[in-house]
Amino acid sequence: MAKFEISPNFQISRRKFLTAASLGASGIMLSGCDAFDSQLSIGSGLRSFLENANGLTYRAQRLLAGRDALAPEFTEADIRQPQRPNGVTAPDDDTYKGLLANNFADWRLEVSGLVEKPLSLSREQLQNMPSRTQITRHDCVEGWSCIAKWTGTPLSLVLDQAVVKPQARYVMFHCLDTIDRSLSGDIKYYGTIDLIDARHPQTILAYGVNGKPLPVENGAPLRVRVERQLGYKMPKYLYKIELVDGFANVGGGRGGYWEDNGYDWYGGI
Amino acid sequence: MESVARSQSATGPDAPVSSDSTLIYRQSRWTRLTHWIWAISLFFMLLSGLQIFNARPQLYIGKQSGFGYNNTIFEIGAENTNAGPRGYTAIFGHRFDTTGVLGWSGPPGNETARGFPSWATIPSYYDLGTARVIHFFFAWILTTTLLVWLVASLINGHIRRDLAPRLDDLKRLPRDIVDHARLKFHHTREYNTLQKMAYGGVLFVLLPLMIITGLAMSPSMNSVLPFLNELLGGRQTARTIHFTVMLLLVGFFIIHILMILAAGPINELRSIITGWYRTDPPAHDDKTTERSA
Repeated sequence: MAKFEISPNFQISRRKFLTAASLGASGIMLSGCDAFDSQLSIGSGLRSFLENANGLTYRAQRLLAGRDALAPEFTEADIRQPQRPNGVTAPDDDTYKGLLANNFADWRLEVSGLVEKPLSLSREQLQNMPSRTQITRHDCVEGWSCIAKWTGTPLSLVLDQAVVKPQARYVMFHCLDTIDRSLSGDIKYYGTIDLIDARHPQTILAYGVNGKPLPVENGAPLRVRVERQLGYKMPKYLYKIELVDGFANVGGGRGGYWEDNGYDWYGGI
Repeated sequence: MESVARSQSATGPDAPVSSDSTLIYRQSRWTRLTHWIWAISLFFMLLSGLQIFNARPQLYIGKQSGFGYNNTIFEIGAENTNAGPRGYTAIFGHRFDTTGVLGWSGPPGNETARGFPSWATIPSYYDLGTARVIHFFFAWILTTTLLVWLVASLINGHIRRDLAPRLDDLKRLPRDIVDHARLKFHHTREYNTLQKMAYGGVLFVLLPLMIITGLAMSPSMNSVLPFLNELLGGRQTARTIHFTVMLLLVGFFIIHILMILAAGPINELRSIITGWYRTDPPAHDDKTTERSA
């Protein structure tokens, strides 16, 4: 049987040959575009090389947009439909269902990590802080958009209250909804943004949409709005904000649940 | 130096059938290099773009996508019928059965619901994240190359000499159309009117419009250039324009290839690879088509 064994080296060179042949045939519609598939998984050399462009996009957009350039805001007349729910729309987690049954009276927002004063805020405490209301367009990475009016507490006020330590670089959001299941247990949604977006004037912890309390399908009791990025950067069902200095302890190390599954960490485009 | 057309008598093994035809240096290295970088970039941008489109195979008009109302003008989808699952494509409400290609496709017995088929997307399987990585990588390459080409072509005179429209172009347009329709091509140093319109249209209209509508879809760029979407009619209209320009570029590509095949692929390919182009012999054997019509 030995003579039928194909050495790993041969397989790699064959794959490289296929890729090269496909490159050479660019401009001609190939009979199958699976030639690149094996080169594109997370961590592969080609994939990592192409991902460098994401860093360039991030730096270019940060340079152009600066800290405080505002996302466009719209008028009441532009609100033509309920906010379209996406992703998890009814968490099946016992913790969440317990909190929901009590109308979130026992829910708290924890603020922890690299802060001087860890916080534990109730809904009332959050809603008694100064609020911001904005009519903005939600852009999903899939391509659709939906305009809604969001009301919430500016994240910068919460960060100021907790006093962020100088070594903190990112805000990590911990959520109550299970987005995926793995051998090591349920994976609850998580994500990060940098402190520039965290302190952006339109970045709010929203508890209301279109003049009503945030419904379950849109992330009750609290979700994030990061208006200069795509929807996957705005976690729902929030219960903890953790200030971190890197992604080492954030899921798979790429800065968020969807990032660990191949999306760009910076969702500005 | 490349702006000056050099010519040489064709001799040696490459000698033409007619001793009157000449090889001229037609395409500068900047034109040739940028041409092939665009070819590769557009190939990957098209196939990754179709993958991105598959995540939401609908196009809308306006600022947002209608869920509580209808502003969908284009849709690819799949539905269950008595004859099993079928793929369909709807354009302005007109439905077409596109099973096997759009909406429902795959190996026999293993079909799945997907907008564009796997042979037209990179990766072949559904993977929005990876397609975005590829798309934005080549977006940088494409845009940079366009800027490099613009600067080089302004300096070496390519735009002024070869692409800028002249009054004469208008006069010869009707005959150009007739000649193209009859697949009768003149191999000259200058582009004919239809070529100028096609290349100029791609370089000065379609590619810039593609870049602008691409930027208009970016929520971060919207904070820098908020007027862009207002100008274009809203983010979802920008997305629809982005898709339409893709169709026009694919149309350009098909005609481009057909014209190269019809006009003589060896000569045309040589000029875009080496720069050297064999022109027609002077008009003595071509008296019926006077240059000054």
